[in-house]
Amino acid sequence: MNRSKRRLVSVTVIAISLLAAACGSDSKSTEPTVAPTTPGSTPVDETTTTPSNLSGDIAIDGSSTVAPLMKLTAESFQDANAGVTVAVGTSGTGGGFEKFCAGETDISNASRPIKDTEIEACTAKGIEYFEVLVANDALTVVVNPENTWAKCLTVEQLKKMWEPEAEGTITNWNLIDPSFPDQALTLFGAGTDSGTFDYFTAAINGKAKASRTDYNPTEDDNVTVTGVAGDKGALGYFGFSYLEENADKVTAVEIDGGKGCVAPSAAAVLDETYTPLSRPLFIYVNKEAATRAEVKAFVNYFVAHQDDLSSEALFVSLSDSQKALQATELASVLEG
Amino acid sequence: MSLRATGALRRRQNTERIAKTVLGVLAALSVVTTVLIVLSLLNPTREFFSVVSIKEFFTTTRWAPLFEPASFGVWPIVVGTLWVSFIAIMVALPAGLGAAFYMSEYARPGVRKVIKPILELLAGVPTIVFGFFALNFVNPELVKRFWPIGEVGAYSALGAGLVTGIMILPIVASLSEDAMAAVPHSLRQGAFALGSSRREVCTKVVFPAAISGIVAATVLAISRAVGETMIAILASGSLPNISKNPGKGMQTMTGFIGSAGSGDLPTGSTGYQTIFAVGAYLFAVTLLLNMISIRIVRRFREVYE
Repeated sequence: MNRSKRRLVSVTVIAISLLAAACGSDSKSTEPTVAPTTPGSTPVDETTTTPSNLSGDIAIDGSSTVAPLMKLTAESFQDANAGVTVAVGTSGTGGGFEKFCAGETDISNASRPIKDTEIEACTAKGIEYFEVLVANDALTVVVNPENTWAKCLTVEQLKKMWEPEAEGTITNWNLIDPSFPDQALTLFGAGTDSGTFDYFTAAINGKAKASRTDYNPTEDDNVTVTGVAGDKGALGYFGFSYLEENADKVTAVEIDGGKGCVAPSAAAVLDETYTPLSRPLFIYVNKEAATRAEVKAFVNYFVAHQDDLSSEALFVSLSDSQKALQATELASVLEG
Repeated sequence: MSLRATGALRRRQNTERIAKTVLGVLAALSVVTTVLIVLSLLNPTREFFSVVSIKEFFTTTRWAPLFEPASFGVWPIVVGTLWVSFIAIMVALPAGLGAAFYMSEYARPGVRKVIKPILELLAGVPTIVFGFFALNFVNPELVKRFWPIGEVGAYSALGAGLVTGIMILPIVASLSEDAMAAVPHSLRQGAFALGSSRREVCTKVVFPAAISGIVAATVLAISRAVGETMIAILASGSLPNISKNPGKGMQTMTGFIGSAGSGDLPTGSTGYQTIFAVGAYLFAVTLLLNMISIRIVRRFREVYE
């Protein structure tokens, strides 16, 4: 009698705790899981470490623009280091810093420099970090392939369609320029937590986060690709690598920043003619995490292979002067 | 023989008692879950309404909770949900009832035995598959080609609604058919004896007799349509849009929760609480629908002994 009662109680407890666990679990699905590191098998003395001996987990999150580069780096790094698991999430630059400054991730991808408020959040939690310039991006404006009129847009025209005042009023291409046809304008763009959103609004509308809101916002750039590919009057913007991947579905617009029309390209980014939409991309590395051999090896691996990785992931690799800057940034934190 | 319980009997009684308790706990699970869901919605919702006025939430018409300056008029995404559910039920109700009438009154038993499981198979299709079907086939090939009003882009409430209608069709058809099959045969025989045609038996005898089950099936189907997320996210777009034209893309309430909830809102921010406020609203709507359905079922139930 007693025994069966006890058994019953334990069954009930298990059932209820399972339920509570299910209800209490966080619904944020893109969050990379941060498993405890297993330093046991990692040699403490760094000089004797060969890459294949590394083990542990590296948690990366942040910008969806930078993600393809870091995912590629993670893949080839893991090929060389079977014991290391690298998880790359895409919460957007802002969302990534939220987690980074809470100590949940080791590396945060960013398509803009860290903001003062985020620096404060990190300081408050005692998180120290360093910044690494990883690549360049040409923020690319795309239209439907059937769009024959918008081959080149000036910054003023982009401002006219994206500024907050445009909300509810600029709904047709002919309101942007009378020479454009009578064609409804559908806009796709970055979600509010993305560095792309911050950068685009700052460069075009003059103030970060100042934007009309009656467009399709998304952190998933493939939604923009689908939307622009399916609508003759659509326009959207995202990182250059998504254009290269989807060149058959959407067409890039040339940008006139005051010095004539320039198409987005690696060359135009490096010779600084693609303005104002070319931008540097960063990763931020937690200093404490960087003392772990696998994190240090990951960053070094990227730096050693960055030209190949950037070109394979369709990014614009750093110029020589940027690389020199990167080397000095890293020299102080990764050595010793 | 004495009546004292032997060891074997006592064991049997114990097993019986354990079974009863375990089954009772399992039955309580669903109730507990519902209560926990309500509780988890309650707190963030209350905090949300301490920042945003109830009046702004329900009476203004600009939905931009994640932008600066933010505004919280929920009406645009309610309109999106209404359109998608309305179109869905316009598809599912006639088609589902027709299928139910056919299976219950016209089809030979052999035919019915084949059709019904196939129809119920449709209920087992994952909604993500329906979503891709809507986005990659219904929107570009049907809505874009044949919808006469305005220009149709990649996303449309119409495409999402049509496919949601297909998704809920098995609920209407299968549950209505169950209700019709439960109508006693003597009623039909009486009507036939009076010279009724099969169609007259359907509309004048079986339908009124099965109405409570049909209404229950319909309301359940509406609840499913209102709460459907994957199809809405994929095929209806992410633009909050008060439009009279269902060919346009419109964000639904579930679409907002799905896209805003997938990863990048700081916990505790007003934007984060917005998800719960919309969720609570949605929960209240489906609860209300279910209560209405229970009332109707009680009111119109016809009991045949």
